[in-house]
Amino acid sequence: MKQVFKRPRSLKDVSFHFCPGCHHGTIHRLVAEAIDYYDLRERTIGVAGVGCSVFVYEYFDIDVAEAPHGRAPAVATGLKRALPDRIVFTYQGDGDLASIGMSEIVHTANRGENLTVIFVNNTVYGMTGGQMAPTTLLGQPTTTSPYGRDFLQNGYPIRMAEMIATLEGTSFCARVALNTPANLMKAKKTVRRAFEMQMNNMGFSFVELLASCPTNWGMNPLKANERVEKELIPYFPLGTFKERKGTDHQ
Amino acid sequence: MEKRLFLRGNHALAIGAIKAGCRFYFGYPITPQNDIPEFFSKQMVKVEGCFIQAESEVASINMILGASAAGARAMTSSSSPGLSLMQEGLSYLAGSELPAVVVNINRSGPGLGGISASQGDYFQATRGGGHGDYRTLVLAPSSVQEMHDLTLLAFDLADKYRNPVIILADAVLGQIQETMVDRPYQPLELPPKDWILAGASGRDPRLIKSLYLKEGEMERHNWKLFEKYQRMKREDVRHENYLEEEAELIIVSFGTAARVAKSAIRLARAEGLKVGLFRPITLFPFPEKALFDLSQRVKRFLTIEMNTGQMVEDVKLSVARDADVHFYGHAPGSPPAPEELLNALKKVY
Repeated sequence: MKQVFKRPRSLKDVSFHFCPGCHHGTIHRLVAEAIDYYDLRERTIGVAGVGCSVFVYEYFDIDVAEAPHGRAPAVATGLKRALPDRIVFTYQGDGDLASIGMSEIVHTANRGENLTVIFVNNTVYGMTGGQMAPTTLLGQPTTTSPYGRDFLQNGYPIRMAEMIATLEGTSFCARVALNTPANLMKAKKTVRRAFEMQMNNMGFSFVELLASCPTNWGMNPLKANERVEKELIPYFPLGTFKERKGTDHQ
Repeated sequence: MEKRLFLRGNHALAIGAIKAGCRFYFGYPITPQNDIPEFFSKQMVKVEGCFIQAESEVASINMILGASAAGARAMTSSSSPGLSLMQEGLSYLAGSELPAVVVNINRSGPGLGGISASQGDYFQATRGGGHGDYRTLVLAPSSVQEMHDLTLLAFDLADKYRNPVIILADAVLGQIQETMVDRPYQPLELPPKDWILAGASGRDPRLIKSLYLKEGEMERHNWKLFEKYQRMKREDVRHENYLEEEAELIIVSFGTAARVAKSAIRLARAEGLKVGLFRPITLFPFPEKALFDLSQRVKRFLTIEMNTGQMVEDVKLSVARDADVHFYGHAPGSPPAPEELLNALKKVY
């Protein structure tokens, strides 16, 4: 009998610790599949952000460096400049990338660093227990916005993919979701495309993945998936915002 | 005959770095060290190295973390406010056991302070500076020659210990011009870099991290780091003695202050005063044993610093109990004049 589904080679044979219904495990799998698809495992280096993302090194069967909170793009810059023939990616959450690490992500994109950023947007600080993130939606209650996010108090949720797409240094920038099989298949292709850009020395590639966090949203996994569709996607539209066809900036 | 160069301290340091094989420089503009990044922006291209003007000192130090994790010799330079921003990265470098060379051309503070020379960052440099229980090696040059020579050494020590090394100079040492012997780089015997990230090809994956959550792991890691700092104290302590034989008063001073102290000592000797100098070259590890040994014979010490009193605490901890330790501080502005220090030493002689 033909085996049609198995653990990607780039993932270790260990169980994920993530909460039930969390999308991190799925995203890990998509990234590992892309690495396997292009046979990159032995020359790929991951850079872990801080938050639930930090455990990348527990699950990926590849070399990993852990970065200080928000600094993964700077660490990845150093790695990639030192090892230009390797594949380097960062794996960061929304607090890490869009709050404390805003400066590093913007300037790394703007320099057109030839690396890939996997950005997990679940609109909340997961590991620290559900505090407000820069991507928390208006009205969304969190442990630090208990009455719901109010723009007069906290401003608006940041649309990172759109912002990164405006930078000349960015070569590829897209937002995907994982809430339905169709979206998942698109996400798989998009993650693969991002790595392909890097392999072709096209410069900076960025994929934002809308993810659920049932634990901190106070929902069961199914409800959380519904929330992605009903609340996240309308504010964070899916799509490819930028895709360079040639290395015109290099 | 050895080649001699006439150049400023910041350039001597940068030449040393390239000689030591540093090919990755990341930095952010700040006075009075801008001639270092400017130098590298011109020179790195010629040696197929990499220069990035980072968006901040926070980014600079983390780019170093990445390049160092890849096994490259990498450095940054800055001045005091920039070093404050790098403390997070230094803590991670120390925790992750990554080599790096970080130059502080110390200016005055606190806050924005001023661009004049200061030794006000002694505590920050020698006590760790960032969060957690760690130390960095700290080298304190006192001449253009040492700006060069100690940079060569800094890269070796960083690799030897897998630890950040800070070169603590100041605005005077960075800008002063003097003659330097263009010494060749003779590397120490160093352990192989069998920990670098390059892709898990034909081996198990490697991790560079400072997060330890399992029971007992963090404690073991801290004691492992402690052992490393103890080894630094055994193997890599450096200091200079100057006219200390038969001295009745020893001035303890480092960097620019030590230069001026030497001039003051020569003036004192001309007046028949038996004064000598003890100059720590490594500020961490501090030359406590050598200073203790000296204090068995000499009982009067005067610590002179360009701050309001920092290293003097280490001097007091080092000397014999029956030795007197005095302090003279010249807070930042212009460096002290030899006559000023002569007056200061006469008061305690």
